[in-house]
Amino acid sequence: MSQSHGTTETRALPPAQPVRRWTPAKLLGVTLLGVWFLLALGVLLFLVNSWNPELFRRYAPEYLSGLWITLQLVGLSFLVGGVLSIPIAIGRRSTNRIVAAFSYGYVYFFRGTPLLAQTFLVYYGLGSFRPQFEAVGLWWFFREAWYCALFAFSLNTSAYQAEILRGAVDTIRYGQWEAAAALGLSRLQTLRKIILPQALLVALRPYGNELILLLKGSAIVAIITVYDLMGETRRAYARTFDFQTYIWAAFIYLSVVEVLRIATDRIERRLTRHLHR
Amino acid sequence: MRMIRGIVLSISALGLLVGSAAAQERMQLKIGTEGAYPPFNNLTADGKLEGFDIDIARALCEEMNADCEFVTQEWDGIIPALQAGRFDAIIASMSITDERREQVDFTEKYYNTPPAVVVPKDSDIESASVEALAGRSIGAQAATTHANFAEVTFVESDVRVYPTAEEYKLDMANGRLDAVVDDVIVLQEWLDTPDGECCKVLDTLSPVEEIHGEGIGIAVRKGEDELREKFNAAIEAIRENGTYKEINDKYFSFDAYGE
Repeated sequence: MSQSHGTTETRALPPAQPVRRWTPAKLLGVTLLGVWFLLALGVLLFLVNSWNPELFRRYAPEYLSGLWITLQLVGLSFLVGGVLSIPIAIGRRSTNRIVAAFSYGYVYFFRGTPLLAQTFLVYYGLGSFRPQFEAVGLWWFFREAWYCALFAFSLNTSAYQAEILRGAVDTIRYGQWEAAAALGLSRLQTLRKIILPQALLVALRPYGNELILLLKGSAIVAIITVYDLMGETRRAYARTFDFQTYIWAAFIYLSVVEVLRIATDRIERRLTRHLHR
Repeated sequence: MRMIRGIVLSISALGLLVGSAAAQERMQLKIGTEGAYPPFNNLTADGKLEGFDIDIARALCEEMNADCEFVTQEWDGIIPALQAGRFDAIIASMSITDERREQVDFTEKYYNTPPAVVVPKDSDIESASVEALAGRSIGAQAATTHANFAEVTFVESDVRVYPTAEEYKLDMANGRLDAVVDDVIVLQEWLDTPDGECCKVLDTLSPVEEIHGEGIGIAVRKGEDELREKFNAAIEAIRENGTYKEINDKYFSFDAYGE
C-alpha cells in the first residue's frame, strides 16, 4: 500500500506478523478449550432434549422461592457481618493486647473452620442449651433455623470482612495519618475523610469476592432445614431423580454471580474514574 | 478416533474377561446401604454395619451363594450411586414407589411396617390428624416416603426435612419440633434409648399406597432381571427356611414382613 505513494518512503512499514506456529502448549490449550466447549454443548443439548414443561411448571415457583431465601440470607448476613466487622477490624489494629488477641482469635476461629461446621454448631449445638436461652429470653431467636443460619453466616463473613477492611486500611501509608493529625483532624475524621475513601477502593474487589463466596457457601444451609435454592433443588431431585434439576440450580447460581461480578466492575469503574486518563 | 475405539474395545474386553472369571466362582456383589437408620441399618461406634437390613442382606447373599461387600452412601444420592455402578443393589429400607420405579427395578417386598407420629411426652397434641397438627412443626428425613407423606398430608403444618434421622432426633430433643413422622420401628428404637426419653408414639398411621408404596424392597439397576429374580428367590427361601424369622425375632416382637 505505502509503496504506491512516493512520499511515504520514510514511514516505517508495519512490523511483520509473527509466524503463528502450533507449539505443543498452544495445541494443548486449543484441545482443552475444545473439550470444554463440547462439554458445554453437551449440557445445552441435554437441557434441550430433556426440556419438560410439566417439570418447569411444577418446580419453577419453588426454585424462585428458594432463590429469594438465598438472596435474603446472603444479603442480610453480608450487611450484618459488615457492621460486625468494623469493631473487629479496629480490634485487630488495636495496641491493647487483650483486644487485639480477642479479635485475632475470633478471626482465626471463623476463618479456620468450615462454614458447615459453624452452622451445625450454632443450630444443633446452641439448640441443646434451650433452658438457658429460655431463661434469658433468647430462645425465640435460636429456635428458628433461619435466624440460626443468619447468625452463623453473619459471624463467619464478619471475620473475613474484618480482615479485608484491616488489610485495606493498612495499605494507606501511615504518613497520611500523621499529616492529617498535623492539620488538626481527629482520628475519626481522618478515618472517614481521608483513609476510608482510599481504603475502600482497595477493598472493593475482595468484598465482591467475599459476597460471591458467601453466596456459594450458603448452599449448605439446607442441612438445618432452611429451604434455600440448593434445598429446593435437592427436594425437586428427590422427587424426580432428574439431573437437570441440578443443572438449573448451577445455572441460577452462575447468573447471580455474573450479576454480582458486573456490578463490582461497574462500581469500580465509577469509583476509579479519577485514575483513568 | 480409531485409537479411542481401540482403547474402549480393549477395556470392555477386559471387563468381559474379569466378569466371566468371577461368574465361574462365587457371585461378587456390592450392596449399597445408608448406615444411619437404626435398627435397620446403622454404623456402630467402631464403624461396623449392623441392623435388620444388614442381617437380611447377609442371609440373602448366603442363600444366593454370593460374596457381598457393603458400601455406605448418603441417602439422597443412593439411587444415582446405584445407577453409576458404585454398587449392584440397595438394601436400605427403601420403599417401593412408582417414582423410584421409573429409575430402578425392585424385588418383592422384604418387610412392610407402618409409619407413626412421635410427640414430646408433655405434648398437648391429641391425635395424628391434619387438624390437630395444624400450625405445628413436623420433622422427617429428606427424600423419604415419610417426608413426601408429611408434605402432602399435613399441609397446614410446617414440615421440616433433615438430611438423616439423627438430626430430627436432635431437634426434637432440642424442642424445635412438635412432632416427627417416620417408620414406627425406627421411632420405637429411638424411644427405647436414653435419647428418646423426651417422647412417645402418638399414633401409627395407615400407609397410603400411592405414597408409601407396597413395602420395602431391594433396588437393582433397570433391566438386571437375573439379579432381581435371584433376590426374589432368596427372599422366598429365607422366609420358608426360618432364617427370616430368626433375624426378625432378633429385632422385633412381631412379624415385620406384614400380610
